[in-house]
Amino acid sequence: MTEHPNSFRNQPDERGHFGAYGGRYVAETLMPLVLDLEREYRAAKADPAFQEQFDDLLEHYVGRPSPLYFAERLTEALGGAQVWFKREELNHTGAHKINNCIGQILLAIRMGKTRIIAETGAGQHGVATATVCARFGLPCTIFMGATDVARQQPNVFRMKLLGAEVVPVDSGAATLKDAMNEALRHWVANVHDTFYIIGTAAGPHPYPELVRDFQSVIGKEARAQMLERTGRLPDLLIAAVGGGSNAIGLFHPFLDDPDVAMIGVEAAGHGIDSGQHAASLTGGAPGVLHGNKTYLLQDEDGQIAEAHSISAGLDYPGIGPEHAWLYESGRVKYLPIGDDEALEAFQLCCRLEGIIPALESSHALAALPKLAGDYGRDQIILVNVSGRGDKDIFTVADKLGVTF
Amino acid sequence: MTRLSSAFAKPHPALVTFITAGDGDTAANLDALVEGGADVIELGMPFTDPMADGPAIQAANIRALGAGTTTAEVLRIAREFRQRHPQVPLVLMGYANPMVRRRPEWFASAAAEAGVDGVICVDIPPEEDDALGPALRAAGIAPIRLATPTTDAARLPQVLEGSAGFLYYVSVAGITGKQQAAQASIEDAVKRFKAATDLPVAVGFGVRTPKQAAAIARVADGVIVGSALVELIGTHGKDAPEHLRELTSALSGAIRTAG
Ligand SMILES: Cc1ncc(COP(=O)(O)O)c(C=O)c1O
Repeated sequence: MTEHPNSFRNQPDERGHFGAYGGRYVAETLMPLVLDLEREYRAAKADPAFQEQFDDLLEHYVGRPSPLYFAERLTEALGGAQVWFKREELNHTGAHKINNCIGQILLAIRMGKTRIIAETGAGQHGVATATVCARFGLPCTIFMGATDVARQQPNVFRMKLLGAEVVPVDSGAATLKDAMNEALRHWVANVHDTFYIIGTAAGPHPYPELVRDFQSVIGKEARAQMLERTGRLPDLLIAAVGGGSNAIGLFHPFLDDPDVAMIGVEAAGHGIDSGQHAASLTGGAPGVLHGNKTYLLQDEDGQIAEAHSISAGLDYPGIGPEHAWLYESGRVKYLPIGDDEALEAFQLCCRLEGIIPALESSHALAALPKLAGDYGRDQIILVNVSGRGDKDIFTVADKLGVTF
Repeated sequence: MTRLSSAFAKPHPALVTFITAGDGDTAANLDALVEGGADVIELGMPFTDPMADGPAIQAANIRALGAGTTTAEVLRIAREFRQRHPQVPLVLMGYANPMVRRRPEWFASAAAEAGVDGVICVDIPPEEDDALGPALRAAGIAPIRLATPTTDAARLPQVLEGSAGFLYYVSVAGITGKQQAAQASIEDAVKRFKAATDLPVAVGFGVRTPKQAAAIARVADGVIVGSALVELIGTHGKDAPEHLRELTSALSGAIRTAG
């Protein structure tokens, strides 16, 4: 566990294992398909035309690079380190999710698949998937927990406007985990023509790797932008962790910079002790779900527990396998942040910076008051503002007791 | 001869029946299956996230977990079944996480102690089977693997490597209880598998009626029925045993006379 590898950037191994985590824990029906996907991904990665098309779409369709922004008033208010934002909320569709969707739909087309499915929690990944499907003319079915359908109405309507079919899933707590179960069931039954665009850095190999690679544009840009603007690297990176795609996208290009510390923020919901949270590393244990071995919220029999977070995008009882490995290796620290703290940070960011952050990103922002004071004014904390909060205003209004 | 190999050495193909542990009066339901003529019992271990199952077995999982079914309870049901039915092979079927939660070795020895003959784990493919499979074999339990319509010739040896008991052919690319496979495709697949292994080949997924069972029995070593039985438990609750006995006996009769 404390053994230090030469590089933190050469995972996974050829079987898709990040240390003891990851792998391909899927039903036999899906095995040939995930092996196929891996072959196709290796070929795409080695194909300059693929990379060129990906970069071109990110620039002209998504609007990259996203800005690196000095949050001056928040810095003043916190009275410690300089706070900078990576502005993923300015991407087309309002979150980092689109980076991954562009990459995966190009893979789907390469593989000759003619239908797209996806799961979604907050609806950001569903919207991003529906968007790329509209852009490339492929039919799209989005599985979404019925609870999330109710609390993310604007995104449900957005998906429909974009031409997607939204299937509400009633099983379990009817949130992201259940949507993923249903998407996997649908995929198993339609393997011949269907591509599953997984929305986070989890699932069977090669998904955690390819989602990370597509999202690494965040960290690559941020690293270059930071060097250009300040001549140095940040001292600390902070990102919210649901499945972990925006976090790994920011962190990965910095993993071998020993002076850059990193914190992934897990959703602590009503508190770790309450049992109502989504902090799989802080409050979970290793297990197998949704195609990978990773940390999970579960009981002593291995039954999966329902997660809770005010943020639908963090409301998942697992975490991507690379984070499980980074956690055990000690390279990245993980900090639980609760609903109330996230709500505070949401409001603070609105008022001080004129930016309405997603509730997911608000969890990352909420770590700042705890940490900024430990750093001097010449030091830099970079926060990934993974998405914008327009989708969350009804949830926030409800929590603040406001009716329209 | 093991209990499993004896079941497949009978003069007729084996009827393999699945129900979920903890769904209704499981002991009475299992007895009804045996009385109806089941040759092999598959006992489902309930799981919160049954990703390969359709609505009927999903509902059974929810009922079983809602009734407080723990791993200890599943093992108790198995142990008591073994005491009542010393000769009928019993196979546990389920998902990886409950099997590996206390370490695969713990699960394998607890299952062996309960008199379990085989284990089917839906979401551990051969590629990831370096812990559970060896633990099961060491405990004298047959790791039973699944082959599917997507298992091509290149993969088949890997699926067969280290598997025992019988080969479970999932005849539709899909989830349990849904559509039925075309008879011709079943025949082709079984022929392909029989050429590659000496293990008996049993066919399941989407098999509901005596007529279907008879057709499959003409080409395979075993016929697996699950959702149709599980639905009876969902519909009839406490009165399920008589309905289970009736359907099992019709299936068993059809298989025995399929010739
Ligand atoms: C804006 C935003 N940030 C973060 C997340 C969490 O996902 P991940 O951990 O994969 O970045 C989501 C998920 O919906 C999201 O919409």
